Amino acid sequence: MNPTLAIAKREFRTFFSSPIAYIVLGGFLLVAGWLYFGTLFLAGQASMRAFFAIAPVLFVVFAPAVTMRSIAEERKSGTLELLLTMPLKDWEVVTGKFLAALGMVAVGLVWTLPYPFTVASLTAPGVAFDWGPVAAGYLGLLLMASSFLAMGLWASAMSRNQIVGFIVGLLLCFSFYFVDKFAILLPESIGQAVEYLSVDFHFENIARGVLDTRDLLFYGSLTAAGLVLTTRSLAAARQ
Amino acid sequence: MIRIEGLSKSFGTTQALRGLSFEVSKGQVVGFLGPNGAGKSTTMKILAGFLVPTSGHAYVGERDVGVDTVATRRMIGYLPENNPLYEEMMVVDFLAFIAEVRQVPADLRAERIRVAVDRCGLKSVLGKDIGQLSKGFRQRVGLAQAILHDPEILILDEPTSGLDPNQIAEIRGLIKELGREKTVILSTHILSEVQSTCSRVLIINDGKLVADDAPERLTLGAEGGVITVVVGTRLGVGLDEAKVRQALAGVAGVTSVESADAEGPGTAGFKLRYGRDDPRRELFEAAVKNELVLLEVRRQHVSLEETFRKLTATDPSGPRAAA
Ligand SMILES: Nc1ncnc2c1ncn2[C@@H]1O[C@H](COP(=O)(O)OP(=O)(O)OP(=O)(O)O)[C@@H](O)[C@H]1O
Ligand SMILES: [Mg+2]
Repeated sequence: MNPTLAIAKREFRTFFSSPIAYIVLGGFLLVAGWLYFGTLFLAGQASMRAFFAIAPVLFVVFAPAVTMRSIAEERKSGTLELLLTMPLKDWEVVTGKFLAALGMVAVGLVWTLPYPFTVASLTAPGVAFDWGPVAAGYLGLLLMASSFLAMGLWASAMSRNQIVGFIVGLLLCFSFYFVDKFAILLPESIGQAVEYLSVDFHFENIARGVLDTRDLLFYGSLTAAGLVLTTRSLAAARQ
Repeated sequence: MIRIEGLSKSFGTTQALRGLSFEVSKGQVVGFLGPNGAGKSTTMKILAGFLVPTSGHAYVGERDVGVDTVATRRMIGYLPENNPLYEEMMVVDFLAFIAEVRQVPADLRAERIRVAVDRCGLKSVLGKDIGQLSKGFRQRVGLAQAILHDPEILILDEPTSGLDPNQIAEIRGLIKELGREKTVILSTHILSEVQSTCSRVLIINDGKLVADDAPERLTLGAEGGVITVVVGTRLGVGLDEAKVRQALAGVAGVTSVESADAEGPGTAGFKLRYGRDDPRRELFEAAVKNELVLLEVRRQHVSLEETFRKLTATDPSGPRAAA
């Protein structure tokens, strides 16, 4: 087996053997379900739109909660020394950790699949439920999660305290979510630039079912930047 | 096999290594000695590829550990100080994980794990979480992890620290056995361990090499030695330690007097150091003159401990320095 995958596998299994995993996942599903069923019954709307509208905020919290332990815990317990003397490059270690985190988020997302299925079953007879936006929305969530997780990993690599890792990660993710919220108040050119930096803005594009390379590029670069910074933090830990 | 050239390492303002150089050839078992903070672990961490030196190079089989990082790490099995392990993993899962990350070929994996488990006596705890193991078993897991990929070089940072005497003997036996086929560098604070397991001793102090020799040579080469005496008064009571000390210090040939263990009330123990001349005759005369009886007189050649203390004495007010 590729050593990167070995690290990912170990990380993934460790995550699911800790109670924190179930608290984090459970919290995520609970809030997601509440948001979703809230709109379903209160507004009487059988659609996933409300879920996707609020999902970015949810991920601002969920993603750093998934990654907070990842490297901080290894620093604290000293196992980082073991890991960093294994025959693989630092970026492979980081990639392994990242893949594991993405896997955990994917598990969380799989558990939300009952929501769209409920919605689909509630549409009026004869009307075909449109799965297109749902599929696009899930893809968008995964892309957004990637960028948040990469930033969360970096936050986790900065300190040996996982709470610090969580808070720093949360702030990082939040700033990329929040950055365009006052864009209307800014002059148009700056407003557009700021909008381009917003994780939320690109997610809305994708969730609408439009797959634009600009959006993909944005998430790709943000993810790559997070992973490169994490790798650099590991290099700094060797000093 | 291992070559270290002008290695320096600073952590902020602390300079841990100051231009350390040495070579270890294939098949040697080298004991790494030095007081706390001398830089032993730092050197081992650099060799194992965890830390990057501030300047200088470390080579493993002609490859620079800072350049061919992956290739050199493959040749090394490393037991870090404090033996960090994934506490929440089962022993068997942990070893399987290490085998995967170390890229032990799939068809050899089961066999390698079996050999490591056998050698380190882990059979009975395979299904336990590492966090539940006793210190001795943890240490064995650390060793098993280090030998799993059958490396040519073993770097063991205090492999027997915190173990009971039986476990120490077992682990030493294991290291000796491994030393027959591998190049081993081990650090320790137990000097007898070096005498029993190593063919060569490196002593470092304050980031510099201060001795490099076979353990026998380090103990025999030096002149003089130590005499341990236990004295009492002829009447068995009224011993004045300060006076006795003075008398002993006055014996011809004795260069220093330190307190040592007594043998119960009314007695006192001393360690006498001497240079070229054996002072035992003079010692007897002095005892008679001062109405003392010598309950014990034991002469030792300079021990490795003495050599160690002499070479690494930086602080003149160190433990039990001669008054
Ligand atoms: N990560 C670090 N940050 C700052 N200083 C460090 C670090 N690691 C080691 N040092 C310092 O470097 C010096 C050498 O430490 P090192 O751990 O190599 O000593 P050692 O010979 O292994 O000692 P011991 O016998 O206590 O294990 C010490 O002064 C130590 O405080
Ligand atoms: Mg040490």
